[in-house]
Amino acid sequence: MSGFLGNAVVYLGAAVLCVPLAKRLGLGSVLGYLIAGMVIGPFALGFVGQEGKDIMHFAEFGVVIMLFLVGLELEPEMLWRMRKQVVGLGAAQVALTAVLLGAFSLLVGFYQWQAGLAAGLALAMSSTAIALQSLKEKGVMHTSAGQSSFAVLLFQDVAVIPILALLPLLASGSDHPTPGSHGLGTLSGWQRTLVLLAAVAVVIVVGRYVVVPLLRIVARTRLRELFTASALLVVVGVAAVMEVVGLSPALGTFLAGVVLANSEYRHELESDLDPFKGLLLGLFFMAVGASINFDLIVSSPGLLISVTFGVVAVKILLLAIIGKLARLGPDQNMIFSVGLGQVGEFAFVLLTFIAQLRILDTLWVDTLMAVTAMSMTLTPVLMLATERVIAARYGPQERTGREADAIQVRNRVIIAGFGHFGSTLGRLLRANGFEATILDNDSDQVDLLRKMGFKVFYGDATRHDLLEAAGAREAEILVCALTPETAPTLVETVHKHFPDLKLLVRSRNRMDAYELMDQGVLHIYRETLDSAVRMGVDVLKELGQRHYSAYRAGQNFIKYDQAALKELAAKRRDTGDYITSVREKIEEQEDLLRKDLHHDPAHGDHAWNSEELRDALKKA
Amino acid sequence: MPKVLVLFAHPRLEKSRTNKALLRRFPKHKDITFRDLYELYPDFNIDVRKEQALLTGHDIVVWHHPFYWYSAPPLLKQWIDLVLAFGWAYGPGGTALKGMSVFQVLTTGGPQQAYSSEGFHGSTMHEFLRPMQRTVTLCGMNWIPPFVVHGTHQLGDAELERSAEHYALLLTSFAEGRTTAEQVAEKAYLNDALPLRTI
Repeated sequence: MSGFLGNAVVYLGAAVLCVPLAKRLGLGSVLGYLIAGMVIGPFALGFVGQEGKDIMHFAEFGVVIMLFLVGLELEPEMLWRMRKQVVGLGAAQVALTAVLLGAFSLLVGFYQWQAGLAAGLALAMSSTAIALQSLKEKGVMHTSAGQSSFAVLLFQDVAVIPILALLPLLASGSDHPTPGSHGLGTLSGWQRTLVLLAAVAVVIVVGRYVVVPLLRIVARTRLRELFTASALLVVVGVAAVMEVVGLSPALGTFLAGVVLANSEYRHELESDLDPFKGLLLGLFFMAVGASINFDLIVSSPGLLISVTFGVVAVKILLLAIIGKLARLGPDQNMIFSVGLGQVGEFAFVLLTFIAQLRILDTLWVDTLMAVTAMSMTLTPVLMLATERVIAARYGPQERTGREADAIQVRNRVIIAGFGHFGSTLGRLLRANGFEATILDNDSDQVDLLRKMGFKVFYGDATRHDLLEAAGAREAEILVCALTPETAPTLVETVHKHFPDLKLLVRSRNRMDAYELMDQGVLHIYRETLDSAVRMGVDVLKELGQRHYSAYRAGQNFIKYDQAALKELAAKRRDTGDYITSVREKIEEQEDLLRKDLHHDPAHGDHAWNSEELRDALKKA
Repeated sequence: MPKVLVLFAHPRLEKSRTNKALLRRFPKHKDITFRDLYELYPDFNIDVRKEQALLTGHDIVVWHHPFYWYSAPPLLKQWIDLVLAFGWAYGPGGTALKGMSVFQVLTTGGPQQAYSSEGFHGSTMHEFLRPMQRTVTLCGMNWIPPFVVHGTHQLGDAELERSAEHYALLLTSFAEGRTTAEQVAEKAYLNDALPLRTI
């Protein structure tokens, strides 16, 4: 077996074994990949590792793609909307952490403040991949902790650019010239900064005036795989060019992403690259796991462990202070600060650059790399502990005296997800004398609802043990008002463990509805349908239509639209294709609009039409 | 002066030539209130309190509707079911409407001859309206014979205009106290009790 195939089998096999196992244990996929890497690494089973550096290099490409996608997703509008949080929370986090960790590093024997600051900046970064994925998996993105985390990560994403530009300036303090392996090697600090700025300008100009027109041509060929190839080419190309001029490929692709975010191909690029990102990121995390230098840990375990815990402790503490100032509740603050407590993948990028610039010596760079990897490994464990602590405070079993007997009362309805949608529904039920058991994972919300006398279970509604505790076996109806990302998981759990439970699921739009239909859900409620129709009915009224006719038209339209949805869903299954790209979504929209042309709402409506009657009588 | 409350119920006014004509000439009068039920309650969710308050603020109620299937459109039936509540309009203590008067304004495709024992429908209009009449008297109100526009499918524009004028003058006459329930109680149709030239 050739080396490549052997490696592929080992990596993929480890991933396939470890990731589901980690998820099953509630550890999250990132930790699963890291563990898989450790297991196959040179310090455990030793399947891989001799070529570790090569794999690492290859896997770093996952980070490169991720940064491209991060750039693509960076909407200027959203940045503007969240500017207070982004600048307030983000800047405070990066600045405070960098300065404090930098100061500490001087204490442990760094010879220059520049080295300290560089290390501090690298360590200030949190892991977007780990934090966002954990938050998403737990479905807490919409809570105040989720939003604050997102703001900080967004700031870090943007901050990487000036940091990368700044680092050469920090190197100018040392007078060891770098060997000229790279184009930039012989230049002095400010020259490098200039080159970097020039490269940024080139990426922006080329992206806008060369890549976008090129994509337009490719898109016209209507060959899906060619578009995917072009997307990959853009990423690989930018990364390669950046490497040649000696700049960070990650930075280059991030920029390219930002440039292309404004093009009409943004969503297509995103969906085309997404599978590669997932796979390569998995590989990246495995490589990180495999490259953790256990020798270093064995030879100086005290140092590594204390540095890791020190760094994570300082980060969490500072984040907690910032969270407190931002008025996060204690539980939300815990999720926020622990979630961002690790050192992130940007640190690998920055540390590599720092090593190139010789701001830090190799031993320290290696150590900090190991610290980064270890802190990443630590996060899911800490997150799990946090979750347990919060869960212990909130139930699932309610322990306070008054509610002890309330738990005997089994409600007939369970509502999963008590956001704007779920709470409206719950209020309606309550107003009509039906108490529902509520599952929610926003601790602020849970606090409030408990105070209002609701029976609330805190936690991830997609887990069958929580559902069991909430009485899913005795309940008759489960209302799923979770986000479209998590709803299918709940459906799966319910179908598997509680097949007798009647499921009513809200969906955001047609696309979500298709997915639920494929899962065999019978009662699907598109949240956009009824309110849009209601509004349309009011517009008809404003246009002078009789209110009852407008009302009937609206009711009929809902029926018609639901039938059309079923028809399109069947057609979609026939082609065996999932709607993934924007192009296909637009095609479907077109289909629907064309169908509407043949649908005359007044046609066949003879109700109370005395005009028709009179005409018929005249003819007779 | 007596106050007149007209409750109009037509599920598809835009397709009704006759009722559009009747409403075109509807009198603007301070003592005549017009309520378009299908416009107010397209979802059939009637505001009972409000309707009851309106009733007690008036003396004469007019149910103006097409004569569908020898009866009224469903929203008017809904209105009757909900607003004429037990213990308020009828039953023990149900005296809120005592002494008021009610008449119907009906539009129907059939000519007047069709509504007789020998005619197409085999019964008189009065016989067909028995349930409505009993509803009114059960609530302690006076029953006034209906104003009917017959043969709407054959009606010419001029005849339709005359009916509209007749209806308008009738309402004004009640609102100004020139006509009372007692004066017209014996006739089969309000049309005959108060022919156009007399008012």
